[in-house]
Amino acid sequence: MTARPTREQQVLDRIESYRRRKTVLREERITMAHGAGGKATQTLVQALFLEAFRNPLLEPLEDQAVFGVNGSRLAVTTDSFVVSPLFFAGGDIGHLAINGTVNDLAVSGARPLYLTAGFILEEGFATADLERIAKSMARAAEAAGVAIVTGDTKVVQRGKADGCFINTTGIGLFERDIQLGATQVRPGDAVLVSGPIGDHGITIMLARGELELVSQLTSDTAPLHGLVESLLSATPSVRAMRDATRGGVATILNEIAAAAGVAMVVDENAVPVRDEVRGACEILGIDPLYAACEGRLVAIVAGDAAETALRAMRTHPLGREAAIIGSVREDPPGLVLLKTQFGGTRIVDLLVGDPLPRIC
Amino acid sequence: MRFVDEFRDRRLAQELSAQIARLARPDREYRFMEVCGGHTHTIYKHGIQDFLPPNITLVHGPGCPVCVIPMGRVDDAIHIARQPGVIMTCFGDMMRVPGSTGSFLDASAEGADIRMVYSPLDALKLARKNRDRQVVFFAIGFETTAPSTALTLLKAAAENVTNFSVFCNHVTIVPALKAILDSPDLRLDGFLGPGHVSTVIGCRPYQFVPQAFQRPVVVAGFEPLDILESVRLLLKQLHEGRCEVENQYTRVVPWEGNTKALEVIRNTMELRPHFEWRGLGFISQSALRLREPFSNFDAERIFQVPGVRVADPKACQCGEVLKGVLKPWECKVFGTACTPETPIGTCMVSSEGACAAYYNFGRFTRERVAEAVR
Repeated sequence: MTARPTREQQVLDRIESYRRRKTVLREERITMAHGAGGKATQTLVQALFLEAFRNPLLEPLEDQAVFGVNGSRLAVTTDSFVVSPLFFAGGDIGHLAINGTVNDLAVSGARPLYLTAGFILEEGFATADLERIAKSMARAAEAAGVAIVTGDTKVVQRGKADGCFINTTGIGLFERDIQLGATQVRPGDAVLVSGPIGDHGITIMLARGELELVSQLTSDTAPLHGLVESLLSATPSVRAMRDATRGGVATILNEIAAAAGVAMVVDENAVPVRDEVRGACEILGIDPLYAACEGRLVAIVAGDAAETALRAMRTHPLGREAAIIGSVREDPPGLVLLKTQFGGTRIVDLLVGDPLPRIC
Repeated sequence: MRFVDEFRDRRLAQELSAQIARLARPDREYRFMEVCGGHTHTIYKHGIQDFLPPNITLVHGPGCPVCVIPMGRVDDAIHIARQPGVIMTCFGDMMRVPGSTGSFLDASAEGADIRMVYSPLDALKLARKNRDRQVVFFAIGFETTAPSTALTLLKAAAENVTNFSVFCNHVTIVPALKAILDSPDLRLDGFLGPGHVSTVIGCRPYQFVPQAFQRPVVVAGFEPLDILESVRLLLKQLHEGRCEVENQYTRVVPWEGNTKALEVIRNTMELRPHFEWRGLGFISQSALRLREPFSNFDAERIFQVPGVRVADPKACQCGEVLKGVLKPWECKVFGTACTPETPIGTCMVSSEGACAAYYNFGRFTRERVAEAVR
């Protein structure tokens, strides 16, 4: 016989059902929180865009749509880049614009093939900087094995944009018969991350120079298609993969837990974080779990395939510091729990806003 | 990482947890208030309740600067931010605090120039860079942050910066503690004293708590082991029949405080006759304003602020939460009408607010997750 839930538990149950309600966009204007990748972004996408565009391909709200054409399965994705500053340790906006889109394709299991590039440029922007960005994009595309096959250029008056914004759209082809996605995730699965988290977010923060902190840290921006290929070749038991960008690993795990109706339990001690990132996060009051990455794979694999998957990731140069950071449980559904370094337990929720806008 | 990991040691935590369990009498309840929001944050972030027996409850106190800002002050600041040529600057926590017509974030979306800074010195730097604008710093916090505002004022005066001003909302901790101790709802057995405030004011100002109210105080640090150690010290006092002010945070807090910091506060600021605290009402001599010689830097004098007192929304029970009378989840609107996305009360906004900490980190019962985290 189950004991009657305590009054606190009853309140919490009511809150959880309240959280599963259809979201309503209350704000009369867009605020910075709507672009932060957390709850406000989710509300905007679900209550405004999904309502307007609703169709079966869009509804799962994955990072890419997957569809069939004449017997082939294709994936398509798009991403815009507004990072400030444009150039930073380990990369630049061009590098991000290629890798971001390549990674959103790769994590679906598709091989990235072709990209488009759209530029919104501000009057007065230095052509030398634009050339530097274009060359960086070309190098990144070559490294990722994709071609930039079409594009668009717009210029707006001074003050109407911040130098250079880029949009890229990518198309990829499935060469394997696999179905990945949050809804494939089930209790007993293991959660893996391909390397130390938060390098990109903290690098950008330091690059802005407002904090007068100096470190050797560089962005982790990298194309993940090779690492994904190693993983998929090693085991057929991959359930879902995500590229941990804006909102960090915490946001991804929350999205998956909510979509799959499962709990995630993460061991803080197992999560790889560089000392520089931990230090900066301690000073700034940021949790590294929310700090952005631009080249880190989060993979959910069947529990019995976890070790195989870990070995496969570690054999790839981008996954040398991969780790199993947690597991998927049945209860309580939709929650991400953290076993803290200290030995206690807490929740890791979606953030409302972001302490650090424009990181990608 | 050095200087952090030492204070988060699992083995020591278990040892302290065992000592706490031995000291706590099983036949009674203990309710200790952590005064400072920083402690509340640590308690939830590290899951400290897991180390305490069920008959010890940590009650969250009023020491969250953002939480005690009344709506009228937010309205006044937004009014200033909307004046032509003004750049309003504030700490990140303030951005989402609701005023009667929205938050800084909303005002910013409507066109006001509101920027987040990490220090008042950054605001002063911004003023030097934007000579044609008036840069206003929304000063907030207890005696912890008041010295940095004071130093910035002295620097601005020395450098003759004429386009910088401060909208002063600094408050002092002792009157708030007194207000809580005077509350008829008080059911507390001791206090974890605010560590950072004490770095400035020292430990002596808390003597009235054991003397007049017969409650022990242990000034506590902010790492999880500090909290456990302080709980142990409180229990030890009760166990041994002592009632005094103790300093657990000796590595940072000198008994006498920081006399230089106190001096710069004294030189630039004076007590207001009274100030409204969100949820606690007006408390006399509980807040600071700029002294006359700094009136050129006083945003309240430079701008005509409406200064209208705005009553808290009826449904909001932040006052009871701040006084430790209600646990966050006991508030009627907690988690439904009032969430971090759409906060009604301030306690749901700041990461140091009890409601936000509980909602973001502690929204589960130990029994429910025991299976999952085993």
